[in-house]
This record gives sequence, structure tokens and C-alpha cells, in this order.
Amino acid sequence: MTSISDPAQPAFRLSMLVNDTRYRGITFQIIAFLAIVFFFGWLIWNATQNLAALGQDISFKFLGEQAGYDINQKLIPFVSTDTHLRAAMVGILNTLLVAFLGCITATIIGVVVGVLRLSKNWLLAKVMSVYVEIFRNVPVLIWILIIFSVMSNALPSPRDFRGDDASASMVLDMMAFTNRGVYVPAPVWEAGSGVVVAVFLASIIGILFLRRFATKLLYDTGRELPVLQLSLGLFFVPALIAYFVMGSPIGLDTPELKGFNFQGGLKVQGSLIALWWALALYTGAFIAENVRAGIMAVSKGQTEAAAALGMRPGKIMRLVILPQALRVIIPPLISQYLNLTKNSSLAAAIGYMDITGTLGGITLNQTGRSFEAVLLLMLFYLLISLAISGVMNLYNNAVKLKER
Amino acid sequence: MSQGDHSVAFVRHDPLPPQAPPVSQAGLIGWLRTNLFSSIGNSIMTLITLYVIYALLAAIVPWVANGVWDASSIRDCREQLQGVNAACWAVIEERWPQLVFGNYPPEHYGRAAIAFVLLFVALAPVLYFGLPRKMLWFTGLYPFLTYWLIWGGTLWIPVMALVGVVVGFLVFRVLEDKSFFGAMVAALAAAMAFWIVLTAPLADALASVLPLALTPVASREIGGFMINFILGTSGIALSLPLGILLALGRQSSLPIIKMICVVFIEFVRGVPLITLLFVASVMLAYFLPPGTNFDLMLRVIIMVTLFAAAYMAEAIRGGLAALPKGQYEAGDSLGLDYWQKMRLIVLPQALKISIPSIVNIAIGLFKDTTLVSIISMFDVIGMIRGPILSSTEWFGVYWELLGFAGVLFFVFCYGISQYSQWLERKLATDHR
Repeated sequence: MTSISDPAQPAFRLSMLVNDTRYRGITFQIIAFLAIVFFFGWLIWNATQNLAALGQDISFKFLGEQAGYDINQKLIPFVSTDTHLRAAMVGILNTLLVAFLGCITATIIGVVVGVLRLSKNWLLAKVMSVYVEIFRNVPVLIWILIIFSVMSNALPSPRDFRGDDASASMVLDMMAFTNRGVYVPAPVWEAGSGVVVAVFLASIIGILFLRRFATKLLYDTGRELPVLQLSLGLFFVPALIAYFVMGSPIGLDTPELKGFNFQGGLKVQGSLIALWWALALYTGAFIAENVRAGIMAVSKGQTEAAAALGMRPGKIMRLVILPQALRVIIPPLISQYLNLTKNSSLAAAIGYMDITGTLGGITLNQTGRSFEAVLLLMLFYLLISLAISGVMNLYNNAVKLKER
Repeated sequence: MSQGDHSVAFVRHDPLPPQAPPVSQAGLIGWLRTNLFSSIGNSIMTLITLYVIYALLAAIVPWVANGVWDASSIRDCREQLQGVNAACWAVIEERWPQLVFGNYPPEHYGRAAIAFVLLFVALAPVLYFGLPRKMLWFTGLYPFLTYWLIWGGTLWIPVMALVGVVVGFLVFRVLEDKSFFGAMVAALAAAMAFWIVLTAPLADALASVLPLALTPVASREIGGFMINFILGTSGIALSLPLGILLALGRQSSLPIIKMICVVFIEFVRGVPLITLLFVASVMLAYFLPPGTNFDLMLRVIIMVTLFAAAYMAEAIRGGLAALPKGQYEAGDSLGLDYWQKMRLIVLPQALKISIPSIVNIAIGLFKDTTLVSIISMFDVIGMIRGPILSSTEWFGVYWELLGFAGVLFFVFCYGISQYSQWLERKLATDHR
């Protein structure tokens, strides 16, 4: 006879904490938790002992002290009498600047190379895969140093631009590539320029609305608007009209050779350009692989189905393949953007003053506050990483396949 | 009947011989037409690409080929070249020991070279399954042997470390039947106890009986490409098991374990490696008991391992998630416990799925070892930027040195990625 009633619950014994699957998990977790707490407690205890022995404390007051160093590449005004906090702000903006420029350039390079690697042209496809392999298999630090040595050694010095038989000349009479940096024209904002900028921003918003309207029209009626031409028109025409109506309020301040150096215009440090292009070319090679994988992930049947419906190749790419490939491409693309931002900390190697160069470099060395500086540095990168992945996840959710 | 023969005289007895395909469709011309000149746009692209290739080669090939191999300094190079723009390879000819070994004592280069060659012997059975399995014993011995060869000192310290591992393994075998996890913990504890309590006295005693020792070499004397290799191989080898544990922890149903793993992985993945290296070089000293002096190389190996482990964990998590749920359930229904299920059913399949990403992480880690030059360790980049470029003889020889380092990395990284593609094809069990 078998009993169908529940067997009597055995009384709780201590050994059940290890042997009984109902309790074992809890035991392990408590042990792990205690181990972690003890480990961190031990670290913190050591740290307080060590700091006390050195007569130091943890304090962020150093951020309010005078920095006492200059920064050559800055987006906001900074002089050496400003505080370390402001130096860190300049560094943060520089990091964001190079990350922004790098991400955009890397995306363009990656998409173009990724598509061309699938080209029917054998030679072109091979050249692109050589590019991808070369850049993927050599450390980014070496690329940064190579491009930086182009910028600082191979380019002519400002002196070479002087005289009638100068060995170097300015590009389009506007830009000068020198070993001290690249001089580009700077915009000069005069009265009325606000209107032009406002019109330009309004037309960009107009383009976004136009695209939405065009999509709706396509889905509702099947009629397709020439979106690209209309967008380009909207992009240029209103702003140009506003520009001339307001009497050309935006001028250009072109750099000029005065004495031994260029004056006027905007000076871009060679280190910024080196970091930007090295990161863009390096990350671009990785993005190219993602793009290629994404396009190849769209099954051939999709192309054939679209062709059977009578679509032309350009349209098949734009309306059928790309929207599906994007879903595959975007998650790895996000992590490439994150990698690029994190790799921008290699600025330290070439003296570009990003946050690692200011807060984690000169400030750290001058104040000796390694503890606080490294902590803040990590916090900053952590926040950036979380922000980028947060924004990109929102976008990813918007484009991902809606299932049941 | 003869009439019949005549009546069919116009019918051929043998078929026409096949005609050669049109010249435009076969052979070289056909290939060119389909692959390079299929349309006007394509032809233009081909011509532009050819021109770009020509321009690049025209700039690079003479520079490389006309380089000077025998000179004592950059000025000597320039004199020999007499205004021709070409490379000065003499710097590599003269400084290659520094690039490869750093400040390692020259009389002991042989030791480092043996360790390097033995690395391939040790890796062979791991990488190629066709080789005799007995070779894995050598792989197990390799880390201890290499430590002895590179750092020198008495042989008995690494031997005792190895004995500690054997003690741990024996404890594990004894307790294995009771509980896999419990045996692991006990084995770890036994090995630890052996290392901390018995290693130093036993090694001293044995050394006094049989003094087998090599000249000790300090960590700071190790440099050049050797550092990249030591950091890369030890980082990859140590981060894989740690990454597996982290991935399992992240998939675990125990909330606290899961939380610890998630926080660790996300934190490490959120910060650049360079900040972790800063921690290793300036901050870690604060967190250790007063008076402990930790070797910088060891600190960096720890940080690099933790860094790579977080990425490995994510790669392996991808493999775990890609495995059909039925596999987990099959393990449960066979009555396997958690560790048996993972070891025998889940991980072998999950790791196979994650091979491409694991290899990418390994390549990335190997490349990232160049970052230690920023915390003033003299790896190959640190050597180039420090002692070589700042010397009076070789001031300004950027291209040749950076190109040399780039080619070194390319050879190894490209080799690893080709291996992984071969492995993927070999392990592919789905019949597509």
C-alpha cells in the first residue's frame, strides 16, 4: 500500500541548510553576501589604516583649488587660475567632443565599408576586407600614435607657408594643416545670425515631420514622395534664403599667417585630430563587420520577394533589407559606441586633454589625490556608459520586431 | 538494307563536339567581366580602386624597400640615404632585443625564448584535438615552468605551488562524490592552506638540500613584447574560468549571487581599462594591508584578468541564452544536480556557441595590453616611446618602430582569428 497523503514533514535539522535544496540556496547566498561584505570591509579598513599612516584623508576640496596648468584644446574658456573642477569640466567636454566626432565618423566609415565589402566588384570587396583586417588586428593605441606622428612630424611647420616660394600652401586658401595643429575658418556671428540659425533648426524639424508624413502616406495610399530630394531642398533652401534676406550675417574668420604662426580662425590640435581619426578608423572597421553581418542576416528570400513585387534594387535595399538589417546591427553598434568612448581615454598617450588627461592626469599628479581622482574618473565613464546604453536601448526598443 | 543506309546518310553518327565558350564568358576575360567590369559604374569603381592601390603602393613600397638596414643612428641613416625618403630599419636591427625583451638581462634571453617556444607546445593540445591527450600534462606544468624560467630564483617555489595544486586536486577527488561544489571549495581551501603554511618552509628546506636555482630577474627588468605576451596569455587563461563563473552567477536563480555578478560585470564593462590600470598602479596599494608590497606586474595581471572576465562573462552568457531551454530541462529530468548539468550538458554546448566572441575578446585583450605603456610599464609601445625614441641616436624614427610593433600584433591577432574560424568549422555539428 502506498500512501497518498503527504509524508510527515521532517523536523528542521541544521544539516538541512547544506543538504536540502529548499534551504541550500539561501545558505549559499548568505555565505556569499557575508564574504563580499567582509572583503569590502577588509579593503576599506586597510584603506583607512593606510591613509591614517600617511596622514591623508578623503576629501574633494581639491576640486575647488586653483588648477595652475593650461589646457590647449578647450570648448569653454579656461585659464590656469581656474579651479580643478573647471579643468575637469573642460576635460569632460573634450571627451564628449572626441566621442561624438568619432562615433559619427566611425558610423559613416563602417556603413560604407560594410556595404562595399558585399559589393559584386571583387577588387573593391577585397580592398575593403584588407582595410578591416588591418585595422581590427592592430591595437588602437598604435593607430593613435601613428596618426599623431603624421600630424606632428609629417605635416609642414607654419614657417614653410611663408615667402613667395613657400613649400606648403593652404587648402582652398582657408585651411592650414601644420604640425602645430590644423587651422580652419571660424564662423563669426553678427547681428541677425540668430534668425538664420532658427530657420535652419526649424527646417530640420520640418524634415523630420516630412519623413513621418511620407511614411504615413506610403502606408495609407502606397504613393511614394521623393523624400531625399525634398529633404535636401528643405535642408538648404530656407536657411540660404534667410541668410541672404538678413544680409549675410554669418562671416568666416579665416586663419592668416602672421609672423611665425597663424592667427585667427579656429585652431584644432593635432592630438584631437589624431585621436578622432584613429578611433573612427579603428571602430569603423568593427562597425563594418557588424553592418556586413546584419545585411547578410536578412534572408535572401526577402530580396527575392521584393524583386518579385517589382521593386528596383535601390528600393529593395532601402525599404526591405535595411530596416530588417538595422535590428541586427544596432545592438553591437551600441557596444561599439561605448568602446569608442572608453577608448577615447587613450588621449592620455598623446596629450589630448580629455577627462583622463586633466582629472586623471595633471590634477592627480599635482594634488596627489589619486584616490578621489580615479574614483571620479570611473564614475564619469560609468555614467556615460549607462547614458549611451540607455538612449540606445530606447531606440533599439523602437525598431525591434514587435512580437505577440 | 543498303538503301536504308543511304536514306540516313544525312544523320550524323556522332554528336557535334562542344564549342568553346565565348571568349567574353570564360577564362580570365570572363572572370574580369563578371567580377570587375560588369557595368559602367563597376568599371569606374575598379579603375578608381586600382589607382588608389597604385598610389598607396607607390608611396609605401619604395620607402620600405630602399630602407637602410645598417646604420648606427638616425643621422647615419640620413647620410646613407642622401635625401631619398626611405625607412631606417637599422633601428630595428639594433634595438630589437629591447623591443622584444625590454631590459631583460641579455645573457638570459635564452630562458625567455625557451618559455616562448614551450608556450606553443603547451597550447598545441588545447588548440588541436587530434594531438595525444597526454600532452595536456605538459600544459598543466607549463605555467609553473614558465614562471621559473622567466623570473628565475629557486625551482622549489614553483614546485611547491604545483604540489599545492596537486593537494587540492586530491582533496577534490576524495570529496567529489559527496558534492561537486563542496569538493571544489574544500580543494581550494586545502591548496590555499598548503601555499600559505607549508610552501615557504618546505621550499627553503628543499633548496638547502638541492639548490636548483636560476639567476632571479625582477619584474621591472621584463619589458618589450614579452610583457604583452605575459599579460595577454595569463589574462586570457585566467579570465576564462572566472568569466564562466560570472556568467553562471548572472544566470543564477539566487538573487544575491545574481546581483553581485551583475554589479561586477556592469561596473567593469562601464569603465575603460585605463582607469582600472590606474587603480592597479596608484590605488591598489591603499587597499592592501599596510606594509605589503605587491609586484606591479601581478597587480596589472589581476586587473587585466578581472577586466577580461567581465567581457568573457557576457560572451558566455550569450551562449547560455542561445541554448534551447530543452537542454536545461533534459539535464533536470535526468536527475543531474546543478554542477553536473552545467558541466556535462550546458557548458560544452554554450561554450561552443560563444567561441567567436570569446576569441574576439581574447584578441581585444591582447591588443589592450599595450595600454600598460600609459602607466609607465615598458611594453613594446612603452619601449618605443620611452628609451628608444628619446635616445639621441634614434630620435624621430616613428614610422619604422610603430610599423614593426603593428606588424607583430597583426601577425598574432590575425593568426588567432584564423584559428577561431577553423575551429568553428571543425566544431560545427549542425548540418546546413
